[in-house]
Parts: sequence; structure tokens; C-alpha cells
Amino acid sequence: MSELLKITDLLIHFHNAAPERNAVDGISFSIDEGDILGLVGESGSGKTVTAMSLCGLLDVKQADLSGSILFQGKELVNCSEEFLLSLQGDEISVVFQEPMSSMNPVMKIGLQVEEALRVHTKLSKEERKARALQALADAELPNPEEVYNKYPHELSGGMLQRAMIAAAIINRPMLLLADEPTTALDVTIQAQIIKLLKKLNQENNMAILFISHNLHVVRQLCERVAVMQRGKLVEEGDVNEIFRNPQQEYTKNLIAAIPTREKRLS
Amino acid sequence: MKYVIKKVIALIITLLVVSFLAFLAFQIIPGDPTTRILGSEATPEMVAALREQMGLNRPMLLRYLDWLGNFVRGNYGTSFTYKVSVNSLLADKLPVTILLTALSFIITGVVAIPLGILAGSVKSKIIDKIVIIIDQIVMSVPAFFIGMIVCFLFGILFRLFVPGQFVPLETDWRACIAYLVFPAVSIAIPRIAMTVKMLRSSILNQLGQDYVRTARSRGNNRRQYLFKHVIRNAMIPVITFLAISLAEIMTGTIIIEQVFTIPGIGRLLISSIGTRDFPVVQAIVVLIAAWIVIVNFAADIINQVVDPRMRNR
Ligand SMILES: Nc1ncnc2c1ncn2[C@@H]1O[C@H](COP(=O)(O)OP(=O)(O)OP(=O)(O)O)[C@@H](O)[C@H]1O
Ligand SMILES: [Mg+2]
Repeated sequence: MSELLKITDLLIHFHNAAPERNAVDGISFSIDEGDILGLVGESGSGKTVTAMSLCGLLDVKQADLSGSILFQGKELVNCSEEFLLSLQGDEISVVFQEPMSSMNPVMKIGLQVEEALRVHTKLSKEERKARALQALADAELPNPEEVYNKYPHELSGGMLQRAMIAAAIINRPMLLLADEPTTALDVTIQAQIIKLLKKLNQENNMAILFISHNLHVVRQLCERVAVMQRGKLVEEGDVNEIFRNPQQEYTKNLIAAIPTREKRLS
Repeated sequence: MKYVIKKVIALIITLLVVSFLAFLAFQIIPGDPTTRILGSEATPEMVAALREQMGLNRPMLLRYLDWLGNFVRGNYGTSFTYKVSVNSLLADKLPVTILLTALSFIITGVVAIPLGILAGSVKSKIIDKIVIIIDQIVMSVPAFFIGMIVCFLFGILFRLFVPGQFVPLETDWRACIAYLVFPAVSIAIPRIAMTVKMLRSSILNQLGQDYVRTARSRGNNRRQYLFKHVIRNAMIPVITFLAISLAEIMTGTIIIEQVFTIPGIGRLLISSIGTRDFPVVQAIVVLIAAWIVIVNFAADIINQVVDPRMRNR
């Protein structure tokens, strides 16, 4: 399989942080097409900041970014605004942690789901709607037509997250950045969403960077995992291998930190 | 439907309370309508006779109920001073005030909304600072003072209109509007400053929300996410504010009509308070109260159209 994303010595420093404290401190990893990589680490370790830099959502006025991010062989660090806009929602999509606050409260779900099409294609209204209904169905939402016309506050968190996923996959992206997409949901819904992501990954050959602070959730979805601590990658490799034989004290603690109820489920 | 009934009941209660308080106020403030009518040389007998004739000797509550009964039937009574029905007085003065209010409100909206959007979306820190300072200054100048400056600048210096020479609507509606533009702008200016400030901070607040990040993640450029997402959300609190403005502009005309000598409701109200012309004052006070309630009701409805979370309550 060919390499989709290659990150080398990525370094991110926020202007308002202490000079020696880098939010992301020289990390390197790569993701192949259709691959799923788990990224775990405690709160504040730099997972979100890493993901945001991959899709151009890091505010360049607030932070210095150096190193290299190659997406399909093209450099994203210091690239043009237009190039980033052309990738966002087309080749690279994002699913965020809080589905409720991540949706525009005054816009119908359907219009939000088809938004990437509105931005990136010349499809007519009807064509967009048909694709949105299909995406909602792909995200396993019952009654897509009904959901299409609802507003965010009328759906449950799990349903909303499915709609967010539908919006993210509608344009068949090569890479999905999923930043703790299940953390705000309860455990049974979590498992369903993980299954859905797995299905979408296999059916569409869509690579996923799956971020979580929960190694057990990562284990359900990913084969490969990278462990982050204070901006650095401290361990990377096969999930089961790492579970069996964690090299770092930090990783051991991450494994141990999971409530037993979730351990049993996984 | 339930909602409409609730609002109508609120309207009725408000009007009852306000009219009763206005009634009460007239019992408490010193001064008697008879002295104004008869002059200071009147004998006590004449005053007593007139009071009897005007029904001023009956208990207050009874008089209030009398007034209420007439009011409900659309009969607002007869002016003590002008000796004509209050209805015809209002019909005479109301159009000018409504026109002035409407003009002022339209100017406020048309100027403030684009300006607020601009102020909320510029990225330059310096422009932002300048806007805030100008805004703060303009906001704190009262409308009547702006009216005086406008009279001086545009009336006396540039001679764009003649202060004091109001052209009635019936004579020449174009000249009438041309005259009213100046007082309308005077009322609008501080309102514009307030609306701009409000819209600006509302936009800045919305720009920090998570859904904006989502919109950006789909490839929306700044203009797209501002106009497709941010502004509609940012307008929600501003709509309520504009409704309050519409009510306050109406009351603001009272003073501005003095400054520009416009024969509207405001001048009528002030002269009627002076002459203790109770039926006129009472009718105007109730009218203004009704206006405020109705405008707030309208804001509620518009908010429900804009914000789906407010619906189905
Ligand atoms: N806008 C910002 N300005 C300054 N510092 C920031 C900003 N955003 C993030 N940081 C800092 O960068 C570091 C990494 O934050 P990040 O959000 O990536 O952590 P995370 O691993 O996603 O944590 P969590 O599990 O809580 O989501 C933290 O120390 C945080 O304080
Ligand atoms: Mg995070």
C-alpha cells in the first residue's frame, strides 16, 4: 500500500506557552492508504494539536509550526491557504469530540451533512440531498429523510455523531481525523460508532487517524498505535504487542487507567 | 396557539397595570386641570362647578373604571384643552411620530447591521480598537444633544433644512420625509453605535464556537463560514436588542420632537402633561406601553424563525 501521510519532526509551539514547552515536540509517523492509526495519550499530551495541524485548522497566528507534513507527497507545512481549503472536507475530513457543539445549532442537519459537497462540487441541490441521504444511511442512521430535516438539538448525542460522520465521509476523503469521537458518548454507543468507523474504513479504503486517551477503545479499532506524552511519541507499534508488553511506565499507566467495566467490554 | 394566548394575556395585564399607574400618577402630582381651563382668577364656585361637570369629584376607582370601559370601546375621551376627541387628536399627530420612528429604525438597521458585521469580521487589531473607541463615544452622547448638533450643522451651517419649519405630511410628503430624516438620524446614531457594538461582540463570540471549526474543516473560507454560519447565529441576540431599540426609538421621539419642533405625539404628550390634560396623557401612555409589548412579542416570533431551539415551547 502506498503512503498517504508522512509526518517528520513535527514541532508546534504556542506563542503564549513557556519557551521550552512545545505542544508537539518533534514527532514523526506515517499512515498508509486505508490504514488506521490510533493516537493515545493523557490529556494535554498534544493529540488534538497534532490532528489540527494535519488539516490546517491550527491557528498560525497563535503557534509556530515546523517540520514536514506530506499528504499524498505534497507538503502542508507553510503551504498556500488555497491548497489547504481544497483538501479540507474533500481529501481530509474531521470528526470532533462533542457532536452537539460541533454542529451549527440553527442549520438543518442535512445541510450540514452535504456542506462539503456544496463547497467542493458543482452538484445541484437535489443531487446533494440524494448524496446526503445516502451518507446518512451509510452512517447507519434510521430514517435519513427525517434526520435530514432535523436540527441538532432534536437528536441524541449518538445520532448526532453518526450525522457528523456522515458529513465527514460524504466526499469520500482519503483521510479521516477522528478526535475522540466516542468520548462524549456512553459505552454501548461508543462500541457502535467504532464498528461503524471500521466498516467505513474497509468499504471506502479511507485511512483513519483515531485519537483517544483510552487504549482499550483504540484496541477495538486499530492495529497500530502511537503513544504520546507531553508532545513526544514515546512508543509506537502493534496494539496487541503494546498491550502485552508495554515498554514505558507511562503506557502501562495508560493501560491500567481504564475502568474495569470498559476492560470487560473490550 | 397557546403561546399567542399567553402573549395576549400578558399584553392585557401590562396595559391594565400601566394605565392604572398613569391614572394614579395624575392623582398624586400637584396641579388641577380646572385651573388651566378657567385661569387663575376663577372663583372657587366656578372651579367646583367645573370639577363636578368634568366628573372629577367622583371616587378615583370609579373614574378609572369609567375610563377603562370607554377605552375598551375605542373611545379615548375628550381633551380638556383642545375640546376635541382624543381619537381625532391622535389620528392627527400619530402618523408623523410613526413615520419618524420607522425612518429612524430603518436607518439604524440598514447602517448598523453591515457595520457590525464589518466590525466583527475585520482582522486588523488597530481598526478594531478605533471602532471600539468611536463606538463608545457615540454611544454615550444622548440623542437630543446629537439632535442639537445636527440642527446646527445641517440646518444652520450647511442649510440642508430649516430647523423649526416642519412640512406636514399632507402638504408635501417628500418634503416631510426630507425634514424627518434629520431627527431620525439623531435618534439613530447612538442606537447604531450600540447595535454595532452588540453585533460585533456577538460575532466574535460565535467565531470562537466549535461549529465554526467544523465549518472550516469542510473547506469553507472565511467569507463562507461567516455568511453561511456565523452571522445567523450572531444575529439572535441582536434581534431582541433591535426590538428593544424599536420601543426606545418611539419613546426617543418624544424629546427629539421638541428639538426639531415636530408636531407629533411627543409634543402633544409634553404639552398635555403641562396642562394636566389627563385623557390625552392617559391614551398616549397606554399607546406607548402597548407598543413596547407588541414589539417584544414580534421579536419573540422572529427569534423563533431564526433559532429552531426557541420553537415548540
Ligand atoms: N490555542 C492554544 N494556545 C496555547 N496552548 C494551547 C492551545 N491549544 C492547545 N494548547 C496546549 O497544547 C498542549 C496540547 O493540547 P491538546 O489539546 O493537543 O491535548 P490533547 O492531547 O488533545 O488533550 P485532551 O485529551 O485533553 O484532548 C496542551 O498543553 C495545551 O495547553
Ligand atoms: Mg484533545
